[in-house]
Amino acid sequence: MNEQKIDQYRRDFFSKATATAATGAIAPGVMLMQVGQAQARPLDEAVSDKQRWGLLVDSNKCADGCSDCVKACESENAWGSGSSDEQKSDASQKAQWIRTVTLKNKLTGSEHQLPMMCQHCEEPPCVDVCPTGASFKRADGIVLVDKHICIGCRYCMMACPYKARSFIHENLHDQAPDVPRGKGTVESCTLCVHKIDRGDGTTACAEACTHKAILFGDLKDPNSEIAIEMKKHATTQIRADLNLNTGVRYRGI
Amino acid sequence: MKQIRNLFIILTLSLVMSGGVMADSVGPELKINRANGDKCVLPADEMRKDHMTHLDHQRDDTMHDGIRTKKFSLKECINCHANKDEAGQYIPVNAPGEFCQTCHAYTSVKLDCFECHATKPRDTAFHPIVTDKMKAFADVHEAPKTKSMLDAIAKKDGAK
Repeated sequence: MNEQKIDQYRRDFFSKATATAATGAIAPGVMLMQVGQAQARPLDEAVSDKQRWGLLVDSNKCADGCSDCVKACESENAWGSGSSDEQKSDASQKAQWIRTVTLKNKLTGSEHQLPMMCQHCEEPPCVDVCPTGASFKRADGIVLVDKHICIGCRYCMMACPYKARSFIHENLHDQAPDVPRGKGTVESCTLCVHKIDRGDGTTACAEACTHKAILFGDLKDPNSEIAIEMKKHATTQIRADLNLNTGVRYRGI
Repeated sequence: MKQIRNLFIILTLSLVMSGGVMADSVGPELKINRANGDKCVLPADEMRKDHMTHLDHQRDDTMHDGIRTKKFSLKECINCHANKDEAGQYIPVNAPGEFCQTCHAYTSVKLDCFECHATKPRDTAFHPIVTDKMKAFADVHEAPKTKSMLDAIAKKDGAK
């Protein structure tokens, strides 16, 4: 235990020392590398609640009729058009991790679009109702389904106020190696957890959005772009009345 | 009576001796792709006996704590043990005669992993858009450099 503490101290010391050295002297390209390194958690270290990952969606920037985020999610996580599976399921049965929703103000007639997915709540109702503990929230705020434990009862789908989860009705064969999916289990947006763990520092949807309407980041880091934006502008939680403290926030709705 | 006793002794002896037989001669012949190296993460007899213990342990660490070490990662098993057919296409590891399925058929143990997990490596696990940050990360952490990933990086560099 004590040894571990010393190791941690050494690790902190050296990481700070290298970070300082790099920032001072080396060219911008190399500095970028250092940033990437600092963000990447060692492979053998557990996630902690020092971070809380989230998204900020600016619906003013989200272009009508554009579905780049949905397509990017499909190809990254191999569902929908990103997979050759689910041929027998109808539209209401097929998996849907992210969708675009059009809002219309009946009074003024103004319309705008926004992407809708798992909101990665701090107090997730899906976790509350799960009878087996399959639905859980990771320490860094990502809400996931442990499909090894999921029995496919779909209570979580009923509990979710955002209609964010889907159930897989048929055998699948065309999964992505990083994204296991299978018949009889429930699934939803994972906030590209495999990308986060790899240190990419972004999600497929945020990366693909050419209008820069989706911003990914650490809500707990006051220096992160997302935290600065959220401090500067008023943001909304969808169904804020439920007090779920969502990790996905919106602007302009 | 004496014959039966002799038979019993022979049977017992053969049982005792078979215990000492090298593990390599037990079970069906496996298709192993030696191009990816000659050694598994543990000796073959240990892997035969304990692979599920390690995989189960790793699965919980990965799922709940985000620990993605490579040693006992199922994805890495597949990366190494998936074979290609004559056309150069990967064959699923759970297809008859392939690495996982051969032993599981021999021992009559149902193989459940692949109802959810991918049965063959994907050309690239990276998103087609390789950002500088991802590239830097891949360089630092020696992430698998597949051909299409390198192509994407080259294309990006060429465009500049």
